[in-house]
Parts: sequence; structure tokens; C-alpha cells
Amino acid sequence: MKKLMFMVVLTGLFLLLVTSILKMPALGSLNNPSYNEVSHYYLENTIEDTSAPNVIAAVITDYRAFDTLGETTVLFTSIAAVISVLQISHKNHNKKKVEKHHG
Amino acid sequence: MDDLIVKTIIRLIVPFIQLYGIFIILHGHISPGGGFSGGAVLGASIILYTLSFGLKKASKKLPHKVSQVMESGGILWYMFVGLLGIIFGGSFLANKGAGFFMGEAGNLLSAGIIPLLTIGIGIKVASTMVTLFHTIIEED
Repeated sequence: MKKLMFMVVLTGLFLLLVTSILKMPALGSLNNPSYNEVSHYYLENTIEDTSAPNVIAAVITDYRAFDTLGETTVLFTSIAAVISVLQISHKNHNKKKVEKHHG
Repeated sequence: MDDLIVKTIIRLIVPFIQLYGIFIILHGHISPGGGFSGGAVLGASIILYTLSFGLKKASKKLPHKVSQVMESGGILWYMFVGLLGIIFGGSFLANKGAGFFMGEAGNLLSAGIIPLLTIGIGIKVASTMVTLFHTIIEED
């Protein structure tokens, strides 16, 4: 009974995903939703807006600079987490060594 | 790694790698590259030095306190530049709207806050790589 229910649910999910794939536009076609006016705007107005020939740098650090601030914060948070974990184990290790030395 | 050939070659090649990394960071708004890739090259040069000369010599070259300051300094510099936009009468991280020096497209001194932010990101990424490597390798 449980197996049958799983099969029904998984078949439904499979059909849903397959139909959604069939509805997708072809890879690289011009009707893709990602080919909207934003990319055209960037390519046409970057020099005027930021006077930087590197459009990617302009997008990263001018148009979407706030996003890059979040990205840098992620780097900072990850390094803080890693160091807090590793440094504690180092400290414990050193303490044990010192105790052994005294003993 | 206690090898004369490796040590000699690394000693010769590291300054050029670092120069290339600084070049990529400073030209982030003109040519391909930017803060993330230039910082990765800079960090890789110091990791190379650590691999060939050992942690003791490398942490003399780049002590933990310095990389700590770089670590938080990069992101604080980024936020400071963003707040400058508000002070000059724009939004947070505004570039042209805040009246930064725009210059002519293609010059090294141009594009307002883009090079400043790129330098901050480069310092941050380089020190992150080095700190992570040194902390992991510290375990004897």
C-alpha cells in the first residue's frame, strides 16, 4: 500500500517535470526569458553610465554592487566559521601538550 | 619541501605572480579579470611560497595579524566606499549619481568607484585564501 502510494506520487512528479521541460524554450533561442531588455541595456549604456569598458566589472561593482557586498560578506562569514572551528582544536591540542610536559 | 631547485625557482617566480595579480586587480575595469580573479592569483602566490618554504617563513612574511586586518579591512573598505555615495548625495554604492570622478573610458584612473571596490575585493579574496591555507596547514 505504501509502495503504491509512493509510485503514484513519484509518477505524478515525473509527469509534471517532463511536461515542464517540454514547455521550456529551446536552448539559445531568442524567445528565452533571459534575453530581455536588461542585457541590451547593459551592453548599450555601460560606457555612458560607468565609463568602464569591462561590462562584467561594471555589472558586478556598479549596477549590482550591493549583491557583491553580500558575496564578500559570505566569504567573511565562511572564513570566520572555519577559523573558529579549527582554532579551538589547535588551542586544545596545545594545552594537552603543555600538560604532558609538566607531568 | 626541501629542494634547492624548487626553492630557487619559487623565489624567482613569486614576485612576477604577485605583480600579475596586482595588475589584474588594478585593471579590473578595463580588461578581463577583477577583484576575485586577481585576488586568487595573489593568494596562490603566497600559498606557493608556503608550500616550498614552510609555514614558519611564510607566516613571517605575512603574519596572522596582518592577514586579520586585511580580512576585515577589505569588507570595511567596501562598506566605507558605499557610504561615501550617501555622503556625496546619492544612494548606497552609487557611482555616477554621487558624482565620483568618471574620467575617460579606458584610462586607469576612471570609472568612479569600480577600481576602489575591486581593490577591496582583491585584498579580501587574497587574504581569505592565505588565511584558510595557513590555518589548515598549522596542524603539525
